Amino acid sequence: MFGLNTKDTKSLFIVAFLVVVAPFILNPFPAASAMAQFNAGYPDLMQKFVIFGIFAIGFNILFGLTGYLSFGHAAFLGIGSYSCVWMFKLLGYNVIPGIVLSVIISGIFALAIGFVSLRRSGIYFSILTLAFAQMSFALAYSVLSNPKFNLTNGETGLQVYANDPQWFHRDSLPDLPHLFGLSMRATHKLEIGAWEFQLNAGYYLCALMMLVCFYLAIRIFRSPFGLMLRAVKSNQQRMNYTGLNTRPYTLAAFVISGMYAGLAGGLLSAVDPLAGAERMQWTASGEVVLMTILGGAGTLIGPVLGAGFIKYFENIFSKINDHVLHSWFAFLPDGLEDFVVFLIHPFIGKGWHLTLGILFMLVVIFLPGGLVEGGQRLGKWLHRRKAKDTPSAKTEPAE
Amino acid sequence: MSILEVKNVGKRFGGLQALSKVNLSVKENTVHAIIGPNGAGKSTLLNCLVGKLMPDSGSVMFDGQSVLGRAPYEINQMGISRVFQTPEIFGDLTVLENMMIPCFAKRDGAFTLNALPGVQKQKDILQKAEQMLEEMRMSDKRHMHAAALSRGDKRRLEIGMCLSQDPRLLLLDEPTAGMARADTNNTIDLLKEISDQRDITIAIIEHDMHVVFSLANRITVLAQGTPLVEDDPENIRGNPKVREAYLGETA
Repeated sequence: MFGLNTKDTKSLFIVAFLVVVAPFILNPFPAASAMAQFNAGYPDLMQKFVIFGIFAIGFNILFGLTGYLSFGHAAFLGIGSYSCVWMFKLLGYNVIPGIVLSVIISGIFALAIGFVSLRRSGIYFSILTLAFAQMSFALAYSVLSNPKFNLTNGETGLQVYANDPQWFHRDSLPDLPHLFGLSMRATHKLEIGAWEFQLNAGYYLCALMMLVCFYLAIRIFRSPFGLMLRAVKSNQQRMNYTGLNTRPYTLAAFVISGMYAGLAGGLLSAVDPLAGAERMQWTASGEVVLMTILGGAGTLIGPVLGAGFIKYFENIFSKINDHVLHSWFAFLPDGLEDFVVFLIHPFIGKGWHLTLGILFMLVVIFLPGGLVEGGQRLGKWLHRRKAKDTPSAKTEPAE
Repeated sequence: MSILEVKNVGKRFGGLQALSKVNLSVKENTVHAIIGPNGAGKSTLLNCLVGKLMPDSGSVMFDGQSVLGRAPYEINQMGISRVFQTPEIFGDLTVLENMMIPCFAKRDGAFTLNALPGVQKQKDILQKAEQMLEEMRMSDKRHMHAAALSRGDKRRLEIGMCLSQDPRLLLLDEPTAGMARADTNNTIDLLKEISDQRDITIAIIEHDMHVVFSLANRITVLAQGTPLVEDDPENIRGNPKVREAYLGETA
């Protein structure tokens, strides 16, 4: 279906299903229970899941297929965010022009940065992209924000002010990002028994975008272009001597992934109309690398899993504090309770990066193929167990 | 008719004159071997033909057009395919995918943004690749990763990939280096079959005299960066100058 084979159609439908029911399955605990803090089904976090999913899917087209490790993709995320907020400032709060412009502008930047960076490969390419991203960060943070020419509004972050033109804004429209009148913050609260589910307009818009992106990524992976990109990763020498020019292939991959990142940035602004320079910092670039590797570079679903995994832990672990820990371990004797809390303390709250680092190390060492490989191994193990059980069940009655 | 004309080619690496005044003329539909002792400049010459190195002087004409100053992929698109000393294939891809890539290069040129239609929909490419695998007797291995193939099979695959582009000139750089005797003989048979059945010119650099004398119709002996003699195999075998420079008393 949709020009995909059965297996790909199946995975597309699985992802679509998960994305649609995410507000329910991410809220497995009743709202009032102690476990409610592990619920992830609130709009802010779910929006992040799908937006960073888009970012990672795009990054994977470059890194997973061609093996070129860009360490500056956050630049495109930031450029997308700024473009989108500028559309809010000039045209009004409808998200469509903002999203379209963010994709176009980041594509143009990706073309320029890629054209220069792709003259080198390996570590030099990574360093060049990192340098460009840090330059973009510096430009956004200070250079392009002075009283004469204020493009980025520096430290404060770019936002919409009351005196902005907003040519197409009418009073009947919401004073927040909206899709033809439907506010991105519009949330329908569904209370079923002790549970509360939130269906948010912004989330579903981002989710729809992610599904489109995921679908396009599948098509690219399965296309002759995707085959060429995998060939670039495998053996550039052979490509050159087979009559193929590798440069435009890698550049095209770079621009496509830059546009994905730009779209993600635009959507970040669409759900929260504030663009700051910190989005372009190297830590943000590193995060998408982590997401892709953690989930499984070069696989279709891996980057989405990695993005969800990291964003979940970022939000949930950082919310746990000592007070919460004490209430969990209250059943232990006093001294022991303090000791256990003392042991766990570095890994929670602001220390969640430590947890992430350890998880990342474990995954890279024991599951080089990322979470996807973990899933595959589990599947195989279950399969083997099943296969073992069946013959024994057959032989037993014969005895 | 000569398909490849090398005239007065010279190449210097620092203090080393690797090639000087190399003249070579490869006739169409022949198997032309270039032999010579280590350091004679065989590989340098080959690299000058395929665009990896730029000679300091002289000219290289392929079918009436100069190849100098062109990138390797452009020279390949002109009709020259190269087989490497150690097989250069796409190890991470399957054998069938390996075979499809040159077919795409032949059909679509050096770059095409063909990002939406699936590979499986390209019936003409699939058919061509399958046919070529059949010809190389590798159809049963089509879904194997190319990196898992044996050395001999990698060589066959690489030769098949080059042939799938229907090149006019096939350049082979020591195709049997490091191979067991049986694999060497298989490769000789394969190359014989190719030169008999196809409208193709083969230029081969080789150390192994057994390979050279079983394949070549014309031999150029290179010594110290310059051609010593160019002649038919029978005459090369008996030529005292060649014996002295290269073959030694045992030959």
